[in-house]
Amino acid sequence: MKDTDIKKLLYTHLLCIFSIILSIFIPSFFSENFSILETHLTWLCICSVSVTAVNLVLYLVLKPNVSSKRSSLSYKVTRFLKCCIYFLTSCFFFHVIFVLYGAPLIELALETFSLAVILSTFTTVPCLCLLGPNFKGWLRIFSRNGVTSVWENSLQITTISSFVGIWLGAFPIPLDWGRPWQEWPISCTLGATFGYVAGLVISPLWIYWNRKKLTYKNN
Amino acid sequence: MQKISVLLFLAWVSFLFYAGIALFTSGFLLTRWELTNHSSCQEPPGPGALPWGGRGEPGACWMASRFSRLVLVVIDALRFDFAQPQRSPVSGEPPVSLPFLGKMGFLQRLLETQPHHARLYQAKADPPTTTMQRLKALTTGSLPTFIDAGSNFASSAIVEDNLIKQLSSTGRRVVFMGDETWNDLFPGVFSQALFFPSFNVRDLETVDNGIMKHLYPTMDSDKWDVLITHFLGVDHCGHKHDPYHPEMAKKLTQMDKMIQGLVKRLKNDTLLVVTGDHGMTVSGNHGGESELETSVALFLYSPRALFPSAPAEKPEIIPQISLVPTLALLLGLPIPFGNIGEVIAEVFSEIEDSQPRSSALAQASALHLNAQQVSRFLHTYSATAQDLQLQKLHRLQKLFSKASADYQRHLQSPQGAEAALRTVVAELQQFLRGVRAMCTESWARFSLVRMAGGAALLAATCFLCLLVSQWAASPAFCFGPLLKPMASGLSGAMVCAGLLASTGLKLDFVVVGAMAAVGSLLPFLWKAWASWGSKRPLASLLPMPGPVLLLLFFRFAGFFSDSYVVTEARVAPFLLISLILLLVAQLHWEGKLLPPKLLSIPRLGFLTPAGPPQYSAMHAVGLGVGLLLCIRLAGLFYRCHEETPICSSSPLLSPLRSTVGGRAKNLWYGACVGALVALLASVRLWLRCYGNLKSPEPPMLFVRWGLPLMGLGTATYWALAAGADEAPPRLRALVSGASVMLPRAVAGLATSGLLLLLWRPVTVLVKATAGAPRARTVLTPFSGPPTSQADLDYVVPQIYRHMQEEFRGRLERTKSQGLLTVAAYQLGSVYSAAVVTALTLLAFPLLLLHAERISLVFLLLFLQSFLLLHLLAAGIPITTAGPFTVPWHAVFAWALMAAQTFYTTGHQPVFSAIQWHAAFVGVSESRDFTWLSAFLVGANTFASHILFAVGCPLLLLWPFLCENQGSRKRRQPPGNEAEARVRPEEEQEPLMEMRLRDAPHHFSAALLQLGLKYLFVLGIQILACVLAASILRRHLLVWKVFAPKFIFEAVGFIVSSVGLCLGIALVMRVDGAVSSWFRQLVLTQQK
Ligand SMILES: [Zn+2]
Ligand SMILES: [Zn+2]
Repeated sequence: MKDTDIKKLLYTHLLCIFSIILSIFIPSFFSENFSILETHLTWLCICSVSVTAVNLVLYLVLKPNVSSKRSSLSYKVTRFLKCCIYFLTSCFFFHVIFVLYGAPLIELALETFSLAVILSTFTTVPCLCLLGPNFKGWLRIFSRNGVTSVWENSLQITTISSFVGIWLGAFPIPLDWGRPWQEWPISCTLGATFGYVAGLVISPLWIYWNRKKLTYKNN
Repeated sequence: MQKISVLLFLAWVSFLFYAGIALFTSGFLLTRWELTNHSSCQEPPGPGALPWGGRGEPGACWMASRFSRLVLVVIDALRFDFAQPQRSPVSGEPPVSLPFLGKMGFLQRLLETQPHHARLYQAKADPPTTTMQRLKALTTGSLPTFIDAGSNFASSAIVEDNLIKQLSSTGRRVVFMGDETWNDLFPGVFSQALFFPSFNVRDLETVDNGIMKHLYPTMDSDKWDVLITHFLGVDHCGHKHDPYHPEMAKKLTQMDKMIQGLVKRLKNDTLLVVTGDHGMTVSGNHGGESELETSVALFLYSPRALFPSAPAEKPEIIPQISLVPTLALLLGLPIPFGNIGEVIAEVFSEIEDSQPRSSALAQASALHLNAQQVSRFLHTYSATAQDLQLQKLHRLQKLFSKASADYQRHLQSPQGAEAALRTVVAELQQFLRGVRAMCTESWARFSLVRMAGGAALLAATCFLCLLVSQWAASPAFCFGPLLKPMASGLSGAMVCAGLLASTGLKLDFVVVGAMAAVGSLLPFLWKAWASWGSKRPLASLLPMPGPVLLLLFFRFAGFFSDSYVVTEARVAPFLLISLILLLVAQLHWEGKLLPPKLLSIPRLGFLTPAGPPQYSAMHAVGLGVGLLLCIRLAGLFYRCHEETPICSSSPLLSPLRSTVGGRAKNLWYGACVGALVALLASVRLWLRCYGNLKSPEPPMLFVRWGLPLMGLGTATYWALAAGADEAPPRLRALVSGASVMLPRAVAGLATSGLLLLLWRPVTVLVKATAGAPRARTVLTPFSGPPTSQADLDYVVPQIYRHMQEEFRGRLERTKSQGLLTVAAYQLGSVYSAAVVTALTLLAFPLLLLHAERISLVFLLLFLQSFLLLHLLAAGIPITTAGPFTVPWHAVFAWALMAAQTFYTTGHQPVFSAIQWHAAFVGVSESRDFTWLSAFLVGANTFASHILFAVGCPLLLLWPFLCENQGSRKRRQPPGNEAEARVRPEEEQEPLMEMRLRDAPHHFSAALLQLGLKYLFVLGIQILACVLAASILRRHLLVWKVFAPKFIFEAVGFIVSSVGLCLGIALVMRVDGAVSSWFRQLVLTQQK
């Protein structure tokens, strides 16, 4: 394993964090009454779009994955379409999971779906960027001894921490404090965002500390 | 012996928990001291002359009587707004039209036309708002405390001084008609009484019509001085329907008419009081302290002018117990000794005397008498009990002596201005209000020592469970050392208690129990520490995997937040779903779901993870999704906690009887019966799948014929119950008779089924074929019916070997003469078949106690536990020869599911959510609250606790059952070559639950471990409740949320622990029966 890999990882992650922070501050220059809590859905969309964009740009610039041999245009287009389908599927999948978890079925469906979108942004989009629409590869990453590179390892960590974040974000909902951020799905989106950011911070550090122990099969 | 010691040990651990709970309860749910002192006419409440020289006149007491007769009408649950006058609606505002509003028009007319004769107050009842507590308060003027709430339906005579006792001791003739509770409270006091049973809340008419029949004749006869009536119809209407039901309007109109009739017959010297004992919530229940429950109508009317001024626009708010001293003084009685109520001052104004001063003086003297009596009570009380705060007491006493001195001064100087008297009145009122506030606060005082002791005992017992369950999982576990310290400690405590008893000390059972618990627990922990604990690092005592520990911690912490307790119906499924997803994810993480090829990178092909995947990914994901769906669907059956602000309970929880529309009713009825049939069919299918249904044993015959019969009985009962109101009149008797007999029949069938199961629990099919070419004894635990002769000849050497070991000598002889081939099927699932059958038999009577649509929840419950067991089994490797373990996550998931089911069957841990109607299932005529009704209501409330506790052994058994499927799958691909050559086909035959029998020692240890783990998880919950209740004992919601939660959790724990022991005992009974069955088999072989 090279230290340069870890460095690269750290910089890309810092860029991701930066994009999230920007998504909080930039819109307030354009719109007077923008705030995370009150115009939550707007912020959600902006955050989701910016994180996706940063991820895509990073992917196009860095190409962390071994690029496939075929590179015809039609192949690329089908690949892209496939990615879109995967993304939508994951949104619907998360939506169903939230409903099963106890989210209301009909009321607030838009809110629930936007939560699903943001969670997909934090988890599915990086997966798509790194591995492409390759479900078996995803499954491999999330199993013991499945990761093969620093990138995959960090993907594993950020995804898990996003899930943990959104899960913890559900805890304040029943409390009777009456705060605006306790409303569905604000605390969960905030939790997911914090979890994602925490994952972005932790993963380079964790990999750095454990670099002696980590031996990826392809290195 | 091992089995007995397992049960003994579990019973002992349960006892430790009980002792801790009892100790805590005795410190937490305190009662107020009841003084037995009585006031009397001869003894004035304090120094100073009595006004109007009361003692001299005949018939007068502390004060001259103003009314010689009283008619007290108690209308149960007469909420304030039921009697509130309806103002003509302000223009622009739409008129509010609710069934209960403005139905008491006669009262309203009286208030408008005779403002000096009639007055309506909004009385504030103190919680608990249960009828008996309120009647106690309405006659003694005290504040019955929370602990009395439990004795509402098994009431006992009042020992404190009260109005009724004073009336009868001064020779008044008290005539009573109405609620039977009065007979329990005041036995033998009434000169003439007519009691009606109060417990049957479905009956709106009997009591009221009974009273009405006798009310006016009694009024017209002159055989009474005080006439008390207690009507129940309004309350029962609330319980049966709710205040918004049209029936309520009918009831209130009837009451209004009744009052009209009374007023017509009133004589000039008679006072009429109409009051409710408590209010009711929007759902028609009561018991808590919400605004609607505590606000009560109190109406006074006198044919003589009584009030100096016209009523205020808005009725005055007064404490409900104000009625006691007011009535006492108006009737010329001494105020009851323990009264802390304050007289309604305006009633004592002198109407005839137009001077304002004499009016104020009259008010002041009444208040002064009242204050003297309260001060005397405080003095006596603080000398008896130390639970009043001294500082406050002193301040109040100072206040009283100042007010008293002022009063005396003004009394002596008749020229004193009216304004000065008004200040005296204000001072006296301030004193009385201060006393009430102090008493309210102090009579909820706790014994911290006992609470801490109870919590410590519970914590230590939890630790013990953890320690021993960990211990039982080790291979070198033996039972001997478990029982010795326990026995020695218990016997020591017995001796101590005996010694104490012989010295004549008063024994407190709670303390003795706690002593015995500590006395046996300490040597045990010491021994454990010395022999085992000190050798290992303490870290190994935390055997739980991290995520489960985290979830358990969240569950523990949730008990400390009132919001989480209130929303536990949503929190428990949340945690359960998290645990399930975690399980699936973990299975995948460990590579048990997918073939290793998929998980490795194709081009590198590294080593496969240990072992082949036991389950396919689709299987596990399907189980998980099914579980999640079941949990979400069950969540539709949701009852609101009374503290949830905006919430409506699911309409699915109400009985079909109340469904409007015949078509909807029929459809729902069909769905319920469908659920019943599906439940039956799935159990039968399960038994058939494992082959146990083929067995000719009586329990299986019962499953085949008895269970459908029970289902039929249940369905018929539902039909009758749902349509009882629509039955033609001539069939009514038949219908009511049948709806009493059917539940009894089902319960009887279930009991006989359980007895059959206990009698012959081994459900196997034995086939004996003579003349096999090679004589040998074969026992195949092959599941499923035998399909061919080849199957019959199937040999399972493992069992054979063990049989040989067990009965070698006999078998040798058998072999020499052997003529028979014996094949036994379904041995592999014999334990779980018994448990599943028992659960089904238990489920039916429990289902009958619930509303019809809960049958869908019961179906979900069985489905859910089936899926969960399968999912759990996927992660548990089958060990051939022990020690067997039940993982923590399995036990925790089981406990979570029990909690979830408690909520989905329509319960909440609050008293107003108790489904009292369960007490009438299969009971022909319930006059009173008996042990049977308590049992029925308890079984209804804790149904999920019972089912899951009894079903707990399935957690241990299920992985062995699933071995069947795994090995069958493995049979298809060619097995291990080397193995196959040695023993073709033989190794593949699953032993399933017989593996447990192969290692009886480890089997017992595993059962002990399972029991301890379950008790630990439940114990942690009760410990959290205890800690929450003690830490948050000054919390605003302690009596609304934490105390009821603790009580429900404590009773639930007791029920669960008993159920657990019964479930484990059932498995042991099966084990014993299997042993004797083997023995018998060998004996028949010998012949
Ligand atoms: Zn009542
Ligand atoms: Zn009632």
